[in-house]
Amino acid sequence: MSPVEAIRAKARAIREHALTMVYEARQGHPGGDMSVTDILATLYFGVMRIDPQNPRWPGRDRLILSKGHASGALYSTLAEAGFIPREALKTYMQPLSMLNGHPNRNYVPGVEANTGPLGHGLPIAVGIAIAGQIDKADYRVFVITGDGELQEGSNWEAAMAAGHRKLGNLTLIVDRNTLQQGARVADTNDLEPLPDKFRAFNWDVVEADGHDHAALLGQFAPRPRVGKPLCVIAHTVKGKGISFMEDQVGWHHGVPTKAQWEQALNELSLS
Amino acid sequence: MSAPAPVASNLFDCRDSFAATLAEVAEADERIVVVVNDSLGSSKLGGFAKRWPERTINVGIAEQNMVGVGSGLANGGKIPFVSAASCFLAGRALEQIKADVAYSIANVKLIGQSPGVGYGELGPTHHSIEDLAWLRLLPNLAILVPCDPWETAEAIKAAAAHEGPVFIRVTRFPVPKLPRPAEARFAISKAEVLREGSDVAILACGVMVTRALQAADALATSGVSACVVNFGSIAPLDIEAIRAAADLGAIVTVEEHSARGGLGGAVAEVVVGYKPCPMRILGFPGFAPTGSASFLFEKFGLTADGIFRAAQEAHAARR
Repeated sequence: MSPVEAIRAKARAIREHALTMVYEARQGHPGGDMSVTDILATLYFGVMRIDPQNPRWPGRDRLILSKGHASGALYSTLAEAGFIPREALKTYMQPLSMLNGHPNRNYVPGVEANTGPLGHGLPIAVGIAIAGQIDKADYRVFVITGDGELQEGSNWEAAMAAGHRKLGNLTLIVDRNTLQQGARVADTNDLEPLPDKFRAFNWDVVEADGHDHAALLGQFAPRPRVGKPLCVIAHTVKGKGISFMEDQVGWHHGVPTKAQWEQALNELSLS
Repeated sequence: MSAPAPVASNLFDCRDSFAATLAEVAEADERIVVVVNDSLGSSKLGGFAKRWPERTINVGIAEQNMVGVGSGLANGGKIPFVSAASCFLAGRALEQIKADVAYSIANVKLIGQSPGVGYGELGPTHHSIEDLAWLRLLPNLAILVPCDPWETAEAIKAAAAHEGPVFIRVTRFPVPKLPRPAEARFAISKAEVLREGSDVAILACGVMVTRALQAADALATSGVSACVVNFGSIAPLDIEAIRAAADLGAIVTVEEHSARGGLGGAVAEVVVGYKPCPMRILGFPGFAPTGSASFLFEKFGLTADGIFRAAQEAHAARR
């Protein structure tokens, strides 16, 4: 299996887990789980330097899922990577489960930040990147935000600081699925011109198909010592891989029926 | 490190003690860094920045990012002291303090500078008389309110040694250095009995502690024996010290804070479930009018005389 084929297989497994978790818990955020899956799979199975046996190894690369509501995808990724047992996924959002609707670093090995309220991940990632800069450490810091999430002003405080401090060890990936909870981002509070905004904050900006593992691998490759943080705008489809969910705002936190769940699993198995 | 000098006739600015002690602990532990919001001067951290420029992170006027960055620095193995005016730190960044620091159990030290009405005439936007109420509801967060330069230094040392989140008020209002026995020790979660008494208990924190002691002197001359307890630690709360106060049958609390939700509220929550007794809770009734801190203390009875009268009332109401 080629590296890209291996990532694709992991992505399929993550989608299947996350879908079933939402189906069984009768709640969750499947649309965002599906849009972010290929980004997570590429990072964990093709890019990041991690040790699931030693999740707080100081030299590890960090990933912060700022859009913490996509916890189904994150937990599924951590299970596939060996941070938590796959069986634990069955407890998603069950009473007293470590797998809360939003991730908690003190319960779940591999989780770096307690996200959920939007606009928290990027400032935390900036702090980690500064620590790495002070220590001249070679770890990298990745953070994934939603696109609607960029309406939160705290992101722009952090973006300004990252550009100012030339945090070349920081990579922000925007899961650009163009939908937010209630409507299209463009109809709610438009982000465009998004690349120009980050460039104006002294970031490097690239764009990629957020479901093309080879393209993402290329954009996430180690960068020569550059004096700028990197923003990867990953163009994605909310609900990706499940025909009736794709690009449908109602699937932000929809729950599939049994028939829909079976259809979705079938579609994913063919992906 | 030489001891900070008095600002006027034996009165001290606790920020000097904060800055000197932070330099001392930072000298011994290179993980310690500071994070500020253009608040180097008002935090008296100019010397720190000069000595350790690479360990001084000024994020500019951006409090949400400031606290998030603090949490990230802790993730990266640092011990950040995030120092900003308490009104902006506790108010603007409250959700970051909740999620990124307290809920995350991040090893972040939050320094609430110039709390209470320290900014006087600048008004209620710059007063921080809500911080203790907002923050004491957050699990995992230790809250310290030192009353003088010695306790400020001890609180900074304790925070640096403590693994976990801490919020410390550092006052700019000039305070005397309390006389203490050589064996005096500061501990997070421990109240300090400064004066024994048998008729009424005065529980105080921060700037109000010396006033409470003065009130106890006056009460003694009027035949009322008041004990004075310094609550340098608001969270965790010293439950035994509160029960001992309730055992006396009359309590006055006094703090540079809203009269609702701070030390007084915390004490009342314990007293009502243990041994209800007459209480007087001294603090500000709401947004303060224009005036210096001293003026506002006078206006709202946060003085030795005000405490004296409240203690007499509580004592008279004792069952």
